[in-house]
Amino acid sequence: MARLIVSTQQSGPIPLNAEFSCLPGELLALVGPSGSGKTTLLRAVAGLYRPQQGRVECAGQTWFDSRGKRSLSPQQRRVGMVFQDYALFPHLTALENIALALRHLPSARRRPQAEQWLETVRLKGLEHRYPSELSGGQRQRVALARALAREPQVLLLDEPFSAVDQVTRRRLQRELARLRQQISIPIVLVTHDLEEAAALADQVCVLHNGRSLQQASPDTLFRTPASPNVARLLDRHNVFEGQVVEVGGARRLRWGNDQLDVASGLDGLNINEHVAWYLPPSDIVLHRRGRPSLGDRENPIAATVDELVVLGGMTSVALRVQHGDLLRFDIATHAARRNQLTPGAAVHVSLLAGGIHLMPGHGVNSAR
Amino acid sequence: MDWSALFVSFRLAALTCAFLLPLGIFLGRWLASARFRGKGLCEALVALPLVLPPTVLGFYLLQSFGREAPVGQLWMSLTGGGLNFTFSGILLASLVANLPFAVQPIQRAFENIPHNLREAAWCSGLSPWQTLLRIELPLVWPGILSATALTFAHTLGEFGVILMVGGAIDGETRTLAIAIYDRVQAFDEQGAALMAALLLLVSFTTLGVVYGLAGRRRWGRG
Repeated sequence: MARLIVSTQQSGPIPLNAEFSCLPGELLALVGPSGSGKTTLLRAVAGLYRPQQGRVECAGQTWFDSRGKRSLSPQQRRVGMVFQDYALFPHLTALENIALALRHLPSARRRPQAEQWLETVRLKGLEHRYPSELSGGQRQRVALARALAREPQVLLLDEPFSAVDQVTRRRLQRELARLRQQISIPIVLVTHDLEEAAALADQVCVLHNGRSLQQASPDTLFRTPASPNVARLLDRHNVFEGQVVEVGGARRLRWGNDQLDVASGLDGLNINEHVAWYLPPSDIVLHRRGRPSLGDRENPIAATVDELVVLGGMTSVALRVQHGDLLRFDIATHAARRNQLTPGAAVHVSLLAGGIHLMPGHGVNSAR
Repeated sequence: MDWSALFVSFRLAALTCAFLLPLGIFLGRWLASARFRGKGLCEALVALPLVLPPTVLGFYLLQSFGREAPVGQLWMSLTGGGLNFTFSGILLASLVANLPFAVQPIQRAFENIPHNLREAAWCSGLSPWQTLLRIELPLVWPGILSATALTFAHTLGEFGVILMVGGAIDGETRTLAIAIYDRVQAFDEQGAALMAALLLLVSFTTLGVVYGLAGRRRWGRG
């Protein structure tokens, strides 16, 4: 199996207790705030950093094993790495930069192969430019071609889109998505951009203080974060605390003065237990004024508009419910106008029972 | 014009460069990348000849080159001859006196290479040795050029250390700088002026050529 499996344990100087895995052809995004250990983990895969304890396996080979005292050098590991600032060799042309990573080929084949790679990343014609004569986006593509030229067993991308403007970033992201179809090795992308991770990755691993908190598909992660802290790191609002109660023989979740229907998860909990819960903003349904709409009867809640922030076509809405918690969601700006949403206005919303995600065992402010 | 002094000066400068550059590259790279206790002390030791009065450096070298001293004894057992007042002696003294001129520009150049360029080379499959040859040395080239120029020009002009260790033996240890002093002492101002002008011209040309080369636009626009 050509998958990448990484686990590290280390208490200092950089705490690192992380585990993740990535299948061939899959793109795994390591996300987390600055200092969460994303880049260090990537360097550990490349052999540029040696954690105190742990194991790195790739393509069925053990690259690092602290118990077996095995640690392959970066040269032995066959990794393709794109550095954050690309780390192109300034004294070599684009073509020479790529040819340098082709030393596993006989020298006569290096040049045509390097030209081939330049064509793959759509830089034909720029063979003899030096890095200083290339734009940021072009440099990134040379760096990507150089990383792939090695015929690596894993591709590592360290914030590869952070040094270019937004238009270029979008274009490069599209190119990466296109290029992925031709690569059947694990790809690990370090990013702090959640939108980028959601758009590009098949799997996302959330890191905090060197600890991996959850690995899942972006959709699963954004709908069912493992803990309030994961939700917070993913910039999800709507994390609250409720209490399990029994009403007329059925379990409900008490939230302030309301008792909410929950589609699943309540049965495994004890009566009166306090539990943290999360609701994706897409599962908050605003009731139309004077007209009943779909899902009206599901967990209806009365609230007042606390804040409206118009961001172009979308409006970010914060509603204050009776007991003081804030519900946040986005709606189209024209829908906000049509519903006459203004600060202080009284509104009704439904919290869809299927979206309520319980996170037992975690306080709302827990650090895990 | 003292042609034999001119020859001694150029021979000394060329040999000093030839011996010091490999050492400068080795020491410069080591000091640029190593992290250890006492690194500051090592750097101070390398830089010491910059601030020490040449006569002081010359005095200590004279002492250590003597037949009773360990360095002198070692040399004697290796070659059968002495060091003081010989060309070998002034060459050895010149190597010590020029150490900072050779090491410091190269060390600075190595320090300016971003570490991730080395890592990118390793990830591209280059061994540390290949990384040095293919990536690092081409990038520190201006530093090596500066080190060569400074060492060459400084050796041509060195006076105090050479006089202390070598005296002024014609064809052996009398360099151009010492010959100028001798001419002035003998009231031959015309002879001194000619040699001084030659030394000025050579030093200026060396530095000019080297700085011109180092300052030339390299690797495209940037």
